[in-house]
Amino acid sequence: MLATLIRLVGDFDLAEEALHEAFAAAVERWPRDGLPGNPFAWLVSAGRFKAIDVLRRRARFDASIEELARQLETSVEPVTIDDESLEDDRLRLVFTCCHPALPPDAQIALTLREVCGLTTEEIAHAYLTAPRTVAQRIVRAKAKIRDAGIPYQVPGRNELPRRLDAVLHVVYLVFNEGYSASSGSSLTRHDLSAEAIRLGRLLAELLPEAEVIGLLGLMLLQESRRAARTTEGGELVLLSDQDRSRWNRALIDEGVALVERALSSHRFGPYSLQAAIAAVHAEAASADATDWAQIVGLYDVLVRADPSPVVELNRAAAVAMRDGPAAGLALIDAILARGHLADYQFAHSARAELLRRLGRAHEARAAYERALALTQQETERTFLKKQLAAL
Amino acid sequence: MKYLCLIYDEEAKMATMSKSDADAFMGEYFAFTEGIKKSGHYLGGEALKPVNTATTVRMRNGKMSTTDGPFAETKEQLGGFYMIEARDLNDALQVASRIPSAKVGCVEVRPVEVFS
Repeated sequence: MLATLIRLVGDFDLAEEALHEAFAAAVERWPRDGLPGNPFAWLVSAGRFKAIDVLRRRARFDASIEELARQLETSVEPVTIDDESLEDDRLRLVFTCCHPALPPDAQIALTLREVCGLTTEEIAHAYLTAPRTVAQRIVRAKAKIRDAGIPYQVPGRNELPRRLDAVLHVVYLVFNEGYSASSGSSLTRHDLSAEAIRLGRLLAELLPEAEVIGLLGLMLLQESRRAARTTEGGELVLLSDQDRSRWNRALIDEGVALVERALSSHRFGPYSLQAAIAAVHAEAASADATDWAQIVGLYDVLVRADPSPVVELNRAAAVAMRDGPAAGLALIDAILARGHLADYQFAHSARAELLRRLGRAHEARAAYERALALTQQETERTFLKKQLAAL
Repeated sequence: MKYLCLIYDEEAKMATMSKSDADAFMGEYFAFTEGIKKSGHYLGGEALKPVNTATTVRMRNGKMSTTDGPFAETKEQLGGFYMIEARDLNDALQVASRIPSAKVGCVEVRPVEVFS
């Protein structure tokens, strides 16, 4: 509803204020006059009239606003609301909130506020920041949308892939913040992951591109392991040590079906490939029974599709499972020797794990200590301390 | 809406271009300018002489001070601009992305303030 009103009145704040007043009017009138035939259309239509009222009130102080109000009144394409225009409006809203001309923090805050409907306080709580900071980010982002002329529209064909990447990036950042909170004592902040999945479902419904489907699959497969990835005391459990009977089968089935759909389109990219890797893990009865050759094969494709030292590190860990710890260690050392990932905790903890398995306890200790020095997340620190003590 | 596209290049790199590369680069600029004149985006545009010709002026307490060069030392320098008319920011970014210098330097896109 907000998405449609923003299109009609062309301003985020005005649309919010108008919608608020339209709801207030509904609360007053519906019990008295009965429910209208199409409550949604009633609210949008009422919202538009409220927006005109708001502009008129402001116009008492500024004559140029009177002109705006008149335009809005006369530009009346009748409010017809069908499912298609409604879906278009929601997509417009997503693409505007995730516009790459906005700073990344603001894209996330604006998406959670305008698309997911979270309050400023909820967003601040989820990101462990002050509500004032979040409010400021949102105000500045709205000002830039208005002043820089960021249009309220779904990008055209030639721009769509790049802009969709930006949207998916925001969704996955929100998911990851909820899945492995970057700081603080709780490893997962469930609400954010749930919001990201809800967003993913919405996008998959509105714009079923391969990577949209792939990302939704990836999030569901990761989410399926949530209950198994920490102990009751809140300690981290590695994938290989997780009690697989605690994995959520319904989420796995849905995730695997999405992965198959994404891969069969032949237009898949990094998200679909990561989801495929997660699916191979999900379908293995135990860590030992995992098809490591297939996982290494998928990483080979991923390294080409989305080259990055982090992807190479993950590939090295898979190679270690297929060919033994020495082979994996050589690959990790090669990445570090190129000057990459020197400050990336997981490079050092993965190295430590392989050194431990090779019986090189002294070097393993140094690597765990390096990882520990780089880790702020409390649950992960506890895990690394335990590994160190067990050496 | 009106947008100003500020073009930043590395002068040092430009200066070391071979004659044929420099001619080709200028050719791209002429073709680009022709293109945005035809599409109706073009309002104006100029290339600037190198930054060592720049002088900065300030008035403080009624006194004028002039200093050599630009305000800040940066790797890339303002080398030219286009003023364009675009439907919205997306349209403006599409135009800016085709400015030849976008491939080697960068282009800053700024909406023009309208005073009522």
